[in-house]
Amino acid sequence: MTKSQTTEPLVATDVLERVLAKGRSTGAEFAEIYIEDKRSTSAGLDDGKVEQVTSGRDRGAGIRVVSGETTGFAHTSDLSERGLLAASEAAAMAAKQGGGGVNKVQLGATLRHPVNNIKISPDGVEKSRKVELLKRADAAARSVNSAIVQVSAGYGDSLRRILVANSNGVLSADDQVRTLLRVSVVATGDGGMQTGYDSLGHTIGFELFDENDVEELAIRAAKQAVTKLSARPAPSGAMPVVIKRGSGGVLFHEACGHGLEADLVGKSASVYRGKMGELVASPLVTLIDDGTMTAEWGAIGIDDEGHPSQRNTLIQDGILTDYMWDYLRARKEGRVQSGNGRRQSYQHLPMVRMTNTFVINGKEDPDDIVRDTKHGVYIAKLGGGQVDTASGDFVFGMTEAYLIENGEITEPLRESNLIGNGPEVLKDIDLLGNDFAMGNPGMCGKDGQGVPVGDGQPTLRVRSLTIGGTAA
Amino acid sequence: MSDGVQELQKLADSIVGKAKSGEQVEAYISRGGETSVRVYEGEVEHFVSAQSEGIGIRVIKDGRTGFAYAGTLDADAITEVLAEARDNVQFGTVDEWAGLAEPDGVAQIPQKFWDEELANYPTDKKISITKELEKLTLAADVRVRAEEANYEDGWGETAVATTTGIRESGRGNSCYVSVSTLADDGDESLTGFGFSVGDSPKEFDLNKAAREAADRATRLLGATKPASKLVTIVLDPYVTSQFVSILSSVLNGESLAKGRSLFADRLNQQVADARFTLVDDPTNPLAYTATDIDGEGLAARRNVLIENGVLKKFVHSSYSARRMNTKSTGNASRGGFAGSPGVSCLAMQVQPGTKTQAELISGIDDGVLIQDVSGMHSGVNTISGDFSTGASGIVITNGTLGAPIREFTIASTLQKMLLNIVDLGNDIDWLPMRAVGLSLVISDVMMSGA
Repeated sequence: MTKSQTTEPLVATDVLERVLAKGRSTGAEFAEIYIEDKRSTSAGLDDGKVEQVTSGRDRGAGIRVVSGETTGFAHTSDLSERGLLAASEAAAMAAKQGGGGVNKVQLGATLRHPVNNIKISPDGVEKSRKVELLKRADAAARSVNSAIVQVSAGYGDSLRRILVANSNGVLSADDQVRTLLRVSVVATGDGGMQTGYDSLGHTIGFELFDENDVEELAIRAAKQAVTKLSARPAPSGAMPVVIKRGSGGVLFHEACGHGLEADLVGKSASVYRGKMGELVASPLVTLIDDGTMTAEWGAIGIDDEGHPSQRNTLIQDGILTDYMWDYLRARKEGRVQSGNGRRQSYQHLPMVRMTNTFVINGKEDPDDIVRDTKHGVYIAKLGGGQVDTASGDFVFGMTEAYLIENGEITEPLRESNLIGNGPEVLKDIDLLGNDFAMGNPGMCGKDGQGVPVGDGQPTLRVRSLTIGGTAA
Repeated sequence: MSDGVQELQKLADSIVGKAKSGEQVEAYISRGGETSVRVYEGEVEHFVSAQSEGIGIRVIKDGRTGFAYAGTLDADAITEVLAEARDNVQFGTVDEWAGLAEPDGVAQIPQKFWDEELANYPTDKKISITKELEKLTLAADVRVRAEEANYEDGWGETAVATTTGIRESGRGNSCYVSVSTLADDGDESLTGFGFSVGDSPKEFDLNKAAREAADRATRLLGATKPASKLVTIVLDPYVTSQFVSILSSVLNGESLAKGRSLFADRLNQQVADARFTLVDDPTNPLAYTATDIDGEGLAARRNVLIENGVLKKFVHSSYSARRMNTKSTGNASRGGFAGSPGVSCLAMQVQPGTKTQAELISGIDDGVLIQDVSGMHSGVNTISGDFSTGASGIVITNGTLGAPIREFTIASTLQKMLLNIVDLGNDIDWLPMRAVGLSLVISDVMMSGA
């Protein structure tokens, strides 16, 4: 793969100025151009074979023009001035609101907000070394137990160069590098097949594998599958649930994260609307969304509207202190945006999204939290989740869980979903550990767009959550 | 064939023509556009007009596969994509079954995928339809708000060519409208949605979409959390469609070959109640995902997968078929130019029963009509068969619909649920999804609540 270590801007500043001016030529008050050049490499191993190495290139520009309450949007993979002007005209027509207006745009120097220093750009690493990781993961997983019958592993890296300019004079650029490895394992026993999964992903380069052990990851996934071979059906009904550190951030992502996105709040489609300054969670809970967390999966130098990422406190000691904002929603409320305007690619409009969302440490010893629980469920690994922000009802899956009996973690449980209501569950958090950890890399879906997000939390207990198993 | 499609086919042919001796090459090219209108409170919130294109190239040599793609048809980029795909070959493991599809003589069944009226539909009417849908939705019930009303259309052209003699191209367009609703009662807000699909906007039924969106949101107002117990559930057609879609993984020939299907070794055995017959038939023009070719360019075809409860067939691409010493069933699936083909069912259909939903409900003493499910991706494991999803619905007591309930789960295993099918409705609904909808009754499902 060709090296692309260059500081050349994706498009020259004077071209950007003319494209933005064209965007406002029909009288729109705001025009924005978002340029992306993304190179990616992925490799997949399954059934003992490296099935395929894939190289990808996605490059193009999305142009947004805002006139009153209407946004016009067009995108193009043609980055020539002619191509960009045509897209800008299309976006302006889409937002068309009458005659001409001010159409001169002047941009200053490009602001760069490097999220962190990439030590080893994956672009410069031999593909054979990437493939080797998969073979190591496969061998390590299979070495765990003869019950392991199948392993698949995936490697992925991406270098995403973005540049954002708008008619307010914003001109920002960022190079975002992400590297990921995931392992899925199938084990078989008398009761059928069970699965294990683990993953590792950070907003850094290939040094990820100097700092983390691939074999350890694969063995964890394999052990999870083997352990579940002897699992009994999960219980059915409401009971106390202890969630291990770094495995349950998705609970907050679903229970309140989405509900604190200003676009949903603005349309009164969130159960947290009108709750600013009110107690919405247990006083133990302080919830942060932080795009600046170096190396975490949801870290960004700038958001996809060119605004520097920042650390935002959303809930302080149980009290709702702020929502998350993008440009349009902040403009409407006459306030500043919070670095949460994100999009999947140049082909998408930005909207309010989370970055790294987490609950900070409490005071309890995590062992004491388990000991204090007479009967309940201990969750060591959560899967994905889903929320209806209007009602607050949300679900999330448990992929590795155990019974708690008389203050001890005992038998493994089969997979199931849990269900709860966001505001009720937040208030039901009665113990919070002092052992904070970030969790696995996540992909958050909203309105058809996926963006990388991180989450984290210390070990905690929810007094009552409904476990959706089959055992009475 | 349109000029655009011809141009793509020529481009694909020219890339395949560059294959070196001993190389298999596949070029897959697509180009398309979309219009998206969103209306909120009577105003256009956004209007998106966009075009995109791209190419994916697969190279196979000595049993090793390499792949690359780019989101452009720029000549330099295509040269780079071919070079990258070739470079990637060396890192693959030798796989004796690796290879491209070869023409198998199965004839395509012609269908209509292009609507000229939609292609020429004026922009201002797309906007006025969307505004009308919002208005109708608000008029349907005073408790209802509209979160967003959408109009979406898209067109696409694709061409695929291989060194093995596959040469296929075509184009299609489609459109739909949808509306998301909120219903308020005091502090409580619940959501709903409605949609309408057509070959062109003149086929939309805006009134039906608006009424359904209002009904879905208001029907559950005042819902409470139920107690846990075993119940019989009636899946609404929209939920059945999601349930049936899951079976695609279980019937996937590649999963079978790799030891990941919970139905391995069950061919010709009873895996479902005798009332259950499942067919994959993308040649049925009524199916939303109907197609004439699969992701490798072979003719799409009708396959009976489960007949009267007996497992008859797994679906295959040419790769999984070679591994399992059988023939492709025309079930290669492709997400677009950025990926190589996998295997999946393409258009799943369940043989309907004879009763209406009301008749099905009237025969149930203690059950729940499941209106919606959530967390299908997080609580259903198609390898172990564990099934658990969030749900909302309406209680059935002595054959009559009663109070709404929400914030509960339904759980069982896929294996048991198929065997516990006790009845099917006659209410076939060709939803804009991979599987058809109809009412489906399943007994002995655990409901978990308070």
